Amino acid sequence: MIVTGGRSQDDLMSLLGDDQPQREFAYAAFKSSHLILGQSIEMPSPGDMNFWVSHHFGHINSGFENFYGLDQAFIRFGFEYTPIDRLCLGIGRSTYEETFDGYLKFKILRQSKGAVVMPVTLAFFSSVALNSSKWADPDRKNYFTSRLSYTFQLLLARKFNDYISLQLMPTMVHRNLVPTKADKNDVFLIGAGGRCKITKRLSFNLEYYYLLPDQVVNPPAAVHSSFSAGLDIETGGHVFQLFFTNSSGLQEHAFLTNTTGDWFMGDIYFGFNLMRVFTIKMPKIPTD
Amino acid sequence: MKHLTIALLLVMVMAGANAQKYITKNGYIRFFSDAPLEKIEAQNRQVNAAWDMESGQLAFKVLIKAFQFEKALMQEHFNENYMESGKYPDATFSGTVTDLNEADFQKDVINPVTLIGKMTIHGVTKDIEEKGTLQMKEGKIIGKAKFFIKLKDYNINIPQAVVKNISDRVEVTVDVTLEKLVK
Repeated sequence: MIVTGGRSQDDLMSLLGDDQPQREFAYAAFKSSHLILGQSIEMPSPGDMNFWVSHHFGHINSGFENFYGLDQAFIRFGFEYTPIDRLCLGIGRSTYEETFDGYLKFKILRQSKGAVVMPVTLAFFSSVALNSSKWADPDRKNYFTSRLSYTFQLLLARKFNDYISLQLMPTMVHRNLVPTKADKNDVFLIGAGGRCKITKRLSFNLEYYYLLPDQVVNPPAAVHSSFSAGLDIETGGHVFQLFFTNSSGLQEHAFLTNTTGDWFMGDIYFGFNLMRVFTIKMPKIPTD
Repeated sequence: MKHLTIALLLVMVMAGANAQKYITKNGYIRFFSDAPLEKIEAQNRQVNAAWDMESGQLAFKVLIKAFQFEKALMQEHFNENYMESGKYPDATFSGTVTDLNEADFQKDVINPVTLIGKMTIHGVTKDIEEKGTLQMKEGKIIGKAKFFIKLKDYNINIPQAVVKNISDRVEVTVDVTLEKLVK
């Protein structure tokens, strides 16, 4: 009698407002699985494969006779695939030391809000690199295991908002064969990096791997920490990464333990990565 | 005794009022973009909708993140670049169903109706008027509609690089089955 009056439109809408909070994962903290040279916490979606061509030129201060580095080239190409949620597998080949590499990445924790609050994403990354170049000294006894080196990383990242994501990368590289007695087999690094989006499809990235002192001698050239700065440009199914770096290698152990360039001396390489996504397996969407 | 009678009456009246409302939390919306280079389809099966039979008022609330695509990367770009679902999590429609005078909800017939109201997508609200149908079937209301949305109307910009991959207008298909609201 008194209450029969029609309720307002707002009430009808409020009937729809009481959704149960669901766990909502943060996505796309970075535009691709590589921050610049190194890895990010991202991986292809389950069933997707990425094809990577990474390329950079010689160092810019190599003079006109090398056309400021453009005559020289370092290349790595690779594939990575996510067979099941949270696990990514990859393979690749680099010109630097004629290296084959394989890796896996697994997400241990995933940043989320809603029903489950998790402030960060934590991933484990491990790669193995096989140096297939000719033995430096074929006359002495050489072991196959001497060709191998391993990289282990924890990738800890947080997407703070749509624009800013930061990542920390405690890293260890194990080298089976080292050039001198003063070189350590286990090399420790601390990496830090991040991205800042400039527009929806363009982001500015930084990546720094601090090589803890007194671990790597690698004569004849002095070894430096790897520092890279670049732009990610995303166009639908492609991501282009343009960057400047002081590292000549593109595989983990190469740029982590054998970066001979010095930014302050102008030993800077210009490079680009090109990534293309292929959908191998379509996710199941229920149909009518 | 008198109080009890009034209370009972009140309950009956309220129940009667509520019986006029129909609601769902798992309605279906599909959109389809037919561009020269690419056809893109996405489906959402968690659509919230409510209809007040008495007043004709109709409300929709659609969670943008619940749209599922064939390609995961498309879904990511849809949320991140186009719909900005972090900033605008829902699309809503709030309006009324007209032409109800001739509609018959006693029998199982498909009643053509007109929906008039405000649609909010990507933070932009527009007045719209679209055709649809309503049908009473086994105590449930089945609502259907199909219409086009111009992306430009809702400030959704398609970059030049993908103009041939994404159509500037998408076809939206709505199919909801509303059940009587019981409280």
